[in-house]
Amino acid sequence: MMDSGNMQRIGWVVLIGALLAAPFAISSGRWMDFIEITLFAALLGQGWNILGGYGGQYSFGHALFFGTAAYLQALLQYKLGWSPWLTLWIAIGGSVAVGAFVGFLSFRYGLRGSYFALVTLAFAEAFHVLSRSLVTVTEGGRGVQLPLNQDPEQALATFQFTFAGPFLSEAGYYYTILAFLLIGFAVTGWLNHSRFGAQLQAVREDEDAASALGIDPFRVKMGAICLSAAVTSLAGIYYVQKFLFVDPGIAYGPGKSVEALFAAIIGGVGTVLGPLLGSAFIHLVGEFAKETIGAMLGDRPGVDLILFGIILVLILAYMPRGLVGLLEVLWRKFMAKRGGGNA
Amino acid sequence: MLEVSSLTKRFGGLVAVNGASLTVAEGEIVSLIGPNGAGKTTLFACIAGFLKPNEGSVVLDGRNITGRKPHEICRRGMVRTFQVVKPFAGLSVQENIAVGAHTRIAGRADALAFAGKIAGQVGLGAMLDQSAGDLTVAGRKRVELARALATQPKLLLLDEVMAGLNATEILEIVTIIQQIRDAGVTILLIEHVMQAVMKLSDRAYVLNYGEIIAEGSPVEIAHDPKVVEAYLGHGASERMKSAGVSNA
Repeated sequence: MMDSGNMQRIGWVVLIGALLAAPFAISSGRWMDFIEITLFAALLGQGWNILGGYGGQYSFGHALFFGTAAYLQALLQYKLGWSPWLTLWIAIGGSVAVGAFVGFLSFRYGLRGSYFALVTLAFAEAFHVLSRSLVTVTEGGRGVQLPLNQDPEQALATFQFTFAGPFLSEAGYYYTILAFLLIGFAVTGWLNHSRFGAQLQAVREDEDAASALGIDPFRVKMGAICLSAAVTSLAGIYYVQKFLFVDPGIAYGPGKSVEALFAAIIGGVGTVLGPLLGSAFIHLVGEFAKETIGAMLGDRPGVDLILFGIILVLILAYMPRGLVGLLEVLWRKFMAKRGGGNA
Repeated sequence: MLEVSSLTKRFGGLVAVNGASLTVAEGEIVSLIGPNGAGKTTLFACIAGFLKPNEGSVVLDGRNITGRKPHEICRRGMVRTFQVVKPFAGLSVQENIAVGAHTRIAGRADALAFAGKIAGQVGLGAMLDQSAGDLTVAGRKRVELARALATQPKLLLLDEVMAGLNATEILEIVTIIQQIRDAGVTILLIEHVMQAVMKLSDRAYVLNYGEIIAEGSPVEIAHDPKVVEAYLGHGASERMKSAGVSNA
């Protein structure tokens, strides 16, 4: 019998291989869009997962990091004409700075659990209001619209793939979000196999015990929120480059915060694969709900959200380890059956 | 090695620890005993940095560590365990111990290997992959001990590692503690299990209402009338005498 470490490695190779090959194998534009949206939500979830899943600090305001990166990415191009490849680093840095700021205020004063969640929610809302009211900086409620590049020669320089020639115009954005998500996977994979990751999980399980063992919980949580912000910021950068638009609601509204924690919690907190599984599940159920319930009741926007709410409550109550936890249980049962009792 | 001088800790009007002083020399096993609510755990918390004492000082290896953070104190070589054990429930036994090992070992593989070695020393060798949340009380106490040991301390503070264990388990853990000391770790322990205190300790302090009321060898303490009065009560005094005789 193969040992589980090898099985996992093979599973990862297959999964990543399939994701890399998807644009060649799938010709339906609708399906490719579906996968791209799924990867986008998985990236948001993975960002959240670093702080929430591995660190146990549940944030309700991850839009902070998404939105700050999106605004920096958009504004520096729009107002100053900087290259998107330069603004990208500033967008990441800006998100990390916001993360460090919120983290410092919260963790310095030992805020945990729902208090931390409320502080992040409040900060996201404050940024939401600010981005609406600081019109001279952010263009206010109108949002920032980047000019569309139509010159294929400039596609790479402008980080815009709509007119990028036959292949890139189809798959350029797909590979962008895939690359960002793989970075997210790499970061959480590293958390599973590093001192920092072990210390972060120790802090999640019990802060007092962790500090008795030589861990500085403040430093570890600060590291986690910065890392989490950096990964989440990638989603903001992708979003701006893809849609060439950002406004206060998109950037700092509760939508992105909720999407991030949905994907991670439904998929399985503190696991590498959880956010992707959760995101795929949410979008499949969402599509299904729109098709079936929508067909029955007529067009009722929000039906899928009600369904998500119910699913989230059920998962929190009965499956705290999410879909990954469920799969692990099923897998163990399967192996036990195959091993005929000697497993 | 450890010098606690006139340490006082108040919670509002309540004086939990009142001018307590104690010393622990290198290589010793010293017990801190006293009735429930005497302030033992509070004194421990002050020594290990979890509470800031109102007065007094804690000196470790000639360096004043009063009011330092627990993680700094741990890195200086003094580590505590908790009376109410706090396993990292989501992690395996080996991962739990590796968290302690990481205090001095950066590499993941090295820390896990070291954790495996420590687990063997405390009799957890067969349970490395088990989730720490699924262990029995005895198992959790051992994880607590192993994690602390994995930080490679010079001085180990044990807060009631034997509470809730049966006679066999107590004997096993007494042996383990002796082995730890023989490996060069100094030990200060809070304990209610008298049989273990008598067997293990070179010296003992008795804390009552936040004050140290007696100090000496376990046998001296057991016969100290102040201790018998304040701590043991008349019924227990008889039991204590017979235990002292049988262990002497």
